[in-house]
Order: sequence, then C-alpha cells, then structure tokens
Amino acid sequence: MFKSDPMSNISVQQSTAAPVPLIEVDKLNLKIGDSHLLHDISVTSYAPGVTMVMGPNGAGKSLLLRCLHGLLSPTSGSIRLLNKAHQSTIADQSMVFQKPVLLRRNVMNNLEFAAPSGTSTTEIAELLEKVHLSGKQMQPARLLSGGEQQRLALARALLTKPRILFLDEPTASLDPASVLIIERLISEATTQGVKCIFISHDLGQAKRLGADIIFLHQGRLAEHTDAQTFFTSPQSREAKAYLNGEIVL
Amino acid sequence: MLDNAFVEAFNLIVSGSPELTEILWLSVQVSLTALFFSITLGLPIGTSLAITEFPGKRACVTILNSLMGLPPVVVGLLVYLLLSRSGPLGVLGLLYTPTAMVIAQVVLITPIIAALAYQVMDDLHREYRDLFQSLRIPLSKAVPTYLWDARYSLVTSILAGFGRAISEVGAVIIVGGNIDHLTRVMTTAIALETSKGELAIALALGIILLTLALIVNAAVTTVRTLGLRNAYV
Repeated sequence: MFKSDPMSNISVQQSTAAPVPLIEVDKLNLKIGDSHLLHDISVTSYAPGVTMVMGPNGAGKSLLLRCLHGLLSPTSGSIRLLNKAHQSTIADQSMVFQKPVLLRRNVMNNLEFAAPSGTSTTEIAELLEKVHLSGKQMQPARLLSGGEQQRLALARALLTKPRILFLDEPTASLDPASVLIIERLISEATTQGVKCIFISHDLGQAKRLGADIIFLHQGRLAEHTDAQTFFTSPQSREAKAYLNGEIVL
Repeated sequence: MLDNAFVEAFNLIVSGSPELTEILWLSVQVSLTALFFSITLGLPIGTSLAITEFPGKRACVTILNSLMGLPPVVVGLLVYLLLSRSGPLGVLGLLYTPTAMVIAQVVLITPIIAALAYQVMDDLHREYRDLFQSLRIPLSKAVPTYLWDARYSLVTSILAGFGRAISEVGAVIIVGGNIDHLTRVMTTAIALETSKGELAIALALGIILLTLALIVNAAVTTVRTLGLRNAYV
C-alpha cells in the first residue's frame, strides 16, 4: 500500500486500483525579489481524498498552494497534477481562500457568477441547501456572518465542478457548526473523486480529514507521509515539536 | 442695501426670471455634456490603468493624479491657444462657443473622474484578482463586473466631477468669453454682475449654484449610504 518516493524519501499511500500520482511536485523553488521562499520542494502523492498541508506560520503553505493553483509562478521546478501537465489541469481546479472573496452582490448572484454555462437553478438551490444558506439567496453576500461567507465561497468553488480543490485555511476562526458543514462538504466531494489540498493548523481536523500530510518548515519540506504515520510517529524534529504543541519557529 | 439685494435675488428666483433660467439652462447643458464625455474617457482610462500591468504604470498614475489639480485658468489658456484663429484647431471656429466651454471642462474633469475611478478600481482589482484568476474569468467578463461592483463609488466620483464642472469659472470665461445669450453661465455671470455692482442677480445665481452643490452632495451621501447599507461599497 505504501511506496517510497525516491525524490523526497517519504512513504505515500498508493491505490492499487489507480496507481497514478495525483500530485507531483519536483524541486519547486519560489523566489520573490531577494527572498527565497520555497526551497526545492519535491512531493509525490498517490493518496486520494484530502492532502493536508501543515506547518507553522510563514512556513510557505499558502505560497505552495498558490503555486499549485497557478496563482504564482514558481522560479524553478515542475508541477504535475492528476498525472497531467499543470497547465492542462487549470480548468479542473478551484480554490477557497482563507478570507472569502465575495462579490458586492447577493448570494445568488455570487453563485451565478461562477456557475459554468448550463448550470440549472435547481443545482444552485441544492448546493445552497447543502451549505445551509437556503432562504438567504437575496441577501447581500458581504453581510453574511463569517461562517456563512466561507460556506458560500465553498459552494461557489464546488459549483465549478473541480477535480482538484485547494482550500487555504477555510475554517480558520469559524464556529464549530460551520466547520462541521464545511468538513462534511469536503468529505462528500472527496467521495465523488475530488482531490482536496487543504491547509490547516487544526490537528483534530487534519486527523479527521487527512489522507496524507505535507509538513513544511521555513519554506522547506520537512515531512510528507500518510496521516496515520504522521500523527503516531512523525519523522522530522519540526513535526514532532509541532505535534507536541511546542512553539516551532 | 444687502438686505434689498437678497430680497431681490429671491424674487428673481421665485419669479423664474428668463435671464436666470437661460443662464442656468446653459450651465447645466455645458456641464452635463462635458460630464458625458469625461465619463466616456475617464472611466476606461481609470479602469484600464487599474487592471493592467505595464512598464511606467506608476508614472502614469502619478501624472493622472497631478492632472487632478490642473489650474483652470491654465486649462483655459491652453484650450484658447488651441482654438484661437491662429491655433491648430482655429479653423473649426469654436472659440467663444459653448463647445469651447465643454472642451475646457472635459480637460478639467476627465483627470478627476479617471483618477478617482482608478483608485476605486485598483482597490477592487486587488480584492478580486486572485478570485478571477482562480475562476478563470476572462477580461470581457471581469471589466463589466468591476464596473458594476464599483457602481456606488463610481457614481460618487462622477458627481464629484459634475460638481467641479458646474462651479468652474476660470477656464470657461477664457474660452467662452461670457457672451450674453451665448456663453454666459452661472459662474461667469456671477463674476460679471458682481463687478458691475448688480448684486441681486449675482446673489440669485449664487444661491442657485449653492443649491445645486447641495443637491450634488446630498446625492453623493445618499448613494454612499445606500451602498454601505448593502455592503456594496
């Protein structure tokens, strides 16, 4: 079930039915100005479901996600997703940002804006039901609560029917009810074959959702392993300290 | 004397003096026409500057912001030189016509509308850029979205432009000439009547101009309040 990745010397889960790498990052570097922000990151993940990206603040999690989603161009290195060239998967990707970006319109208009042509109103109504926003279609989106705004942002991302969903701390500072709704939607999406790459600081959430964990520290890959191994016997000193609740700088 | 002037001024307004009406109508016509052309030019300039990246963009923004403070008399002089008989556009015979006044006002208020639109659009673009890139929104869909979502702030910018146009005197007096029944607008008429000692007419026009300024400001406040109430600003 587990295969050693020669590039990053880590163990990752391999599906026997589809032994296809879903994420392949090779020697990815990112420099902005004089700052070298991501150093030689190599990750190969075969794990379906949710890949959690963890690490202390400033570790480069969001930068890595933005590179994977094409919002930032890496200085060097290569990215392949779903066993395809990165550019050819762009249309299959969607992202939920840490701070939900909502148009200055009502809830329905926000969804309609992102909906691919041919999306029916029934489809939108069903999605609104799932994110517990039925009855709020005509409300200005930016007057919703933080949790509602993030659920709307997730609904909008799912409406585009992505095959890869990037989530940048979508549940940070949300109430438990909103976290539960979001986690359920993500779990449902993964059962439908959506690959999720999820940044979180919440260890409980990582245990609940994660199939494998990418742990970054100071712009470098400290560890990449399946979730069970990560939580029971982390290999890197930084991950051990992080899991022990120590302050990792 | 001043009391009498005020009473006479109010009488002129209440009676709907044809002279005042003519001046008011021409002022509004000239300023609204100038506003139309300034919106047509200023919004695309501001928007394209905000959402595109090119070398020298910062310099363009600096120049645009500087143009907001163009001295009206200098604009008047430049338009005068352009339209005077010996100027490059002298053949058109536009000097001392309402069209010349429109041109001067367009030169004055286009940078104001463009610079304010740039500021609004730049803020919105910073907020929406990643989302639009993530959703792969083409420019043809992004631009109308920016314009629609910034509508309340843009209307405020446009009203600011109108306020500047209607109250402008330096440029229009140079290129319009303040000719009775042809190019006399409120501001130039106030200047003339005051110099002649005809305080009643000057005061009447001043009251109308102030009322217009108040209406514009009330409109700005209303638009902004409406937008804020719905978190659309």
